[in-house]
Amino acid sequence: MTDRALVVVRPGLLTTVQDLGRPGYAHLGVPRSGALDPPAAALVNRLAGNPPGAAVLETTLDGCALRPRSTVIAAVGGAPCPVSVGGRPVAWGAPVVVPAGDVLEVGAVVAGVRSYVAVRGGLAVEPVLGSRATDLLSGLGPAPLAEGMVLPLGRPAGPPARVDAAPQPGPPAELVLRVAPGPRADWFTARGRYDLTARAYRVSPASNRIGLRTEGPPLERAREGELPSEGMVLGAVQVPPDGRPVVFLADHPTTGGYPVIAVVRAADLPAAAQAAPGTPVRFAAVGR
Amino acid sequence: MRALPVGEDALLVEVASAEEAQALHAALLRRRAEGALTVREIVPAARSVLLDGLSDPARWMSELTASAGDLPSPRARALVELPVRYDGPDLAAVAAHWQVPEREVVRVHTGTEFTVAFCGFAPGFGYLTGLPARYDVPRRATPRTAVPAGAVALAGPYTGVYPRASPGGWQLIGTTDAVLWDHTREPAALLSPGTRVRFVPVEGP
Repeated sequence: MTDRALVVVRPGLLTTVQDLGRPGYAHLGVPRSGALDPPAAALVNRLAGNPPGAAVLETTLDGCALRPRSTVIAAVGGAPCPVSVGGRPVAWGAPVVVPAGDVLEVGAVVAGVRSYVAVRGGLAVEPVLGSRATDLLSGLGPAPLAEGMVLPLGRPAGPPARVDAAPQPGPPAELVLRVAPGPRADWFTARGRYDLTARAYRVSPASNRIGLRTEGPPLERAREGELPSEGMVLGAVQVPPDGRPVVFLADHPTTGGYPVIAVVRAADLPAAAQAAPGTPVRFAAVGR
Repeated sequence: MRALPVGEDALLVEVASAEEAQALHAALLRRRAEGALTVREIVPAARSVLLDGLSDPARWMSELTASAGDLPSPRARALVELPVRYDGPDLAAVAAHWQVPEREVVRVHTGTEFTVAFCGFAPGFGYLTGLPARYDVPRRATPRTAVPAGAVALAGPYTGVYPRASPGGWQLIGTTDAVLWDHTREPAALLSPGTRVRFVPVEGP
């Protein structure tokens, strides 16, 4: 039994292994998956001395707790949260030493949704189609963390970053998503298209890694029914029959039949990953 | 053929039929293999092909619009034979819908050469076309909460095989022991867009 491993002491509400995902298999029905907030995942990797594609943990709202079997360097970022090692507070957003047998406690978020935990060497769970990411739509990749689960670590690739703290964007008080018109904007009335960018929405608690669901005024359709299944992109704003827009995130289905009224700029999606339920959402029209 | 922009770097190319979508998909794969097309995903679907992660969407927008109607027929692809026990719980319902005896459903289904039009719903789940339109069937009014892996099913114009147990609303006509998806196998998916498929009847179980 290797001692380069972490033991899960407290899995949290939903903690998954994530990396850059598995793009390139959408034609087989395989979602891209990967970290919902890629800049945060890349930053904690850099802090821990890992390459950008190393596998990290993505927590949901209440963090997790891990006990390394050997002394490791770790970094926690993304949604801000208290971090402690062996019961003593340590820095968030900076490399920290976790001695063998001590518990790294990643606390509940003080803002945002998803914290990221990188450990030097990266998580070395078995890859599936080139990625270690957990895909909650199709069940590929490792299962979400459970108490007692052992996560093997890879070989360190480089030294940890020599910083005390790295600046990170704060979670959004209002989520502004810039959108270009979608391929099926004409399935909505002029009123429906206007409402998308003029009316106020909120992040629904039913949001998950598949999509950011919203609450707000339903968008008026010009055409009823469903489309023949067509390919879907990350950031697609799909409108199911209840009329409330859903923004597709990393674990989104590869094809779908509900019309896509708009598409969110890729640069705005990391903030969507950190918008807590109830956060106001505004879709802002931009050209292509 | 009509190319619709989808966000910053994707195009949805719409065509008139499933056959055209398959031909367009094959043509685009050829362009990519030749190095003429740089794209992250080529995703065929019912009557469209999505190009996602294009290096030059504006150029492809005009190129695809200009090449309208100019689609070579796809090259013949590998044929996969799937052994099936026609023991599905909806076989009688499908026979009633077709207004034929159950053995006629089996005869038609095993006598048809199918093509994987596209994949979706789950890794390795193919939407197979080949049955004439008169054999379209509706989805079940109430989806099942659990359909077993290997279930052979019909819905709309499609036949599909569930790669793993999942909820599902398709009409189940049979069962195969073939492994549709195994991520440790190369390729992981037994069926991919363009694969030809025949269902071969076997006595069960």
